[in-house]
Amino acid sequence: MSETRYTGDHEWVRVEGDSATVGITAYAQEQLGDVVFVELPAVGAELKKGAEAATVESVKAASEVYAAVSGEVTAVNEALAGEPALVNSDPEGEGWFFKLKLGEAGELGELMDAAAYKDYCAGLE
Amino acid sequence: MTDPAAVSQTAPLETPLAGLHRALGGKLVDFAGYLLPVQYPAGIMAEHKQCRQSAALFDVSHMGQVELRGEGADAALERLVPGEIQKLSAGRQRYTYFTNQAGGILDDLMVARLPDRLFLVLNAACKADDLAHLRANLPGIEVRELKERALIALQGPKAVEALARHAPDVADLRFMSVAELEVAGVPAVVSRSGYTGEDGFEISLPADRAEAVARKLLAEPEVAPAGLGARDSLRLEAGLCLYGHDLRPDITPVEADLAWAIGKRRREEGGFPGAETILKQLAEGAPRRRVGLRPEGRAPVREGAELSDAEGRPVGFVTSGGFGPSLGAPIAMGYVTEALATPGTRLSATVRGKPLPVVVSALPFVPQRYAKKWEPGESV
Repeated sequence: MSETRYTGDHEWVRVEGDSATVGITAYAQEQLGDVVFVELPAVGAELKKGAEAATVESVKAASEVYAAVSGEVTAVNEALAGEPALVNSDPEGEGWFFKLKLGEAGELGELMDAAAYKDYCAGLE
Repeated sequence: MTDPAAVSQTAPLETPLAGLHRALGGKLVDFAGYLLPVQYPAGIMAEHKQCRQSAALFDVSHMGQVELRGEGADAALERLVPGEIQKLSAGRQRYTYFTNQAGGILDDLMVARLPDRLFLVLNAACKADDLAHLRANLPGIEVRELKERALIALQGPKAVEALARHAPDVADLRFMSVAELEVAGVPAVVSRSGYTGEDGFEISLPADRAEAVARKLLAEPEVAPAGLGARDSLRLEAGLCLYGHDLRPDITPVEADLAWAIGKRRREEGGFPGAETILKQLAEGAPRRRVGLRPEGRAPVREGAELSDAEGRPVGFVTSGGFGPSLGAPIAMGYVTEALATPGTRLSATVRGKPLPVVVSALPFVPQRYAKKWEPGESV
């Protein structure tokens, strides 16, 4: 069973064992608009929670994506290089950004669950 | 167009179409002190393509609309701009710019001659300064800001079909012509011009009738609304400058590759601010020039990125950059030293600390498709 957690910066983290898949939420892609380029971290990079992990570029602007949790990058979504619009069409599925081997599992507890994140977004309207 | 960095300290003003933007689901942002849609639910990419393929309606009511009246208004205006205004015929419009004593550009603008007055369209972020500049330097000329008017741009290859159903005479206007006529029964000043690289119109009309007219145009099958995001990507693809970015008080018209807008007589006579510097650069060349840039990868190169040559020496900077939806690729404009301004020259742009290869490219990136070709320096 996987469990998905969310950050206040509108990233999602899907956890399976000690592996986590990271992307941006439907709310985030909606705010960004058409995504035209995603710069992903290098496989093997050690990410510290809160550090710059990726950059997502829309037609209009570049936005940084910060690491929601610490860990080592084990894979990146190569499909985004050819089809960055996957982030718009399927942000929480085919539009994933990278996978991590979790460094500190305790950090997950600081993230929101789906219900809390839904309330958080509703509060931003 | 205006400078998005020029955000006002107070609550943004609403244009006469603010209610329509909300009803259409526009994502409203503060742009140069006005609440305007950056996009509608369709998104920038779709709105951009709508304009290239059919017709898009933009609210540009934030732009300054000014009338000059009085004997000799044209000659008086020529003291502030290098354009040929005295020979501008009634019913014709021309692009020009205010210059400063150093030869830099203070703002770019459109000037139209109507039978009894000159009609100016100014950038929103500059209009307060422009008005003060006009009032201080045009004694005896009435300078009136038309605050009670809206401005709608209808742009795209099918704009003429859609607009002609509400104003049949617009089909006879040629590019850079202007006429006072009724649009859907509302008195308007219509010019066949715009800032997208496509055929199209700008329609100045009373604020209180603007929404009704906009709704009628949007009801036409060819037309959909488009926001500031698409306006920016369209003008960038068309190689058109954005004031506050590609044009600044420390950049001259020769550097900006806009010398075509300096009238023949004006080149001989001078008589505009900074003429000495500008005419010298016309004769001898300028140290740097505005160019198009095509990044080789898919990563956009944006405003502020530094440009360097093969040896890593700084040679220029990017003033506008983003993604060209019609090209499906990133595009940018910037300034480089004259020796490197030849299309095909390979440079690198620094993006997030890393050098990305870019190639100097001819402008515009997409062919301009005006109703009649805009002849540089065309005499009327």
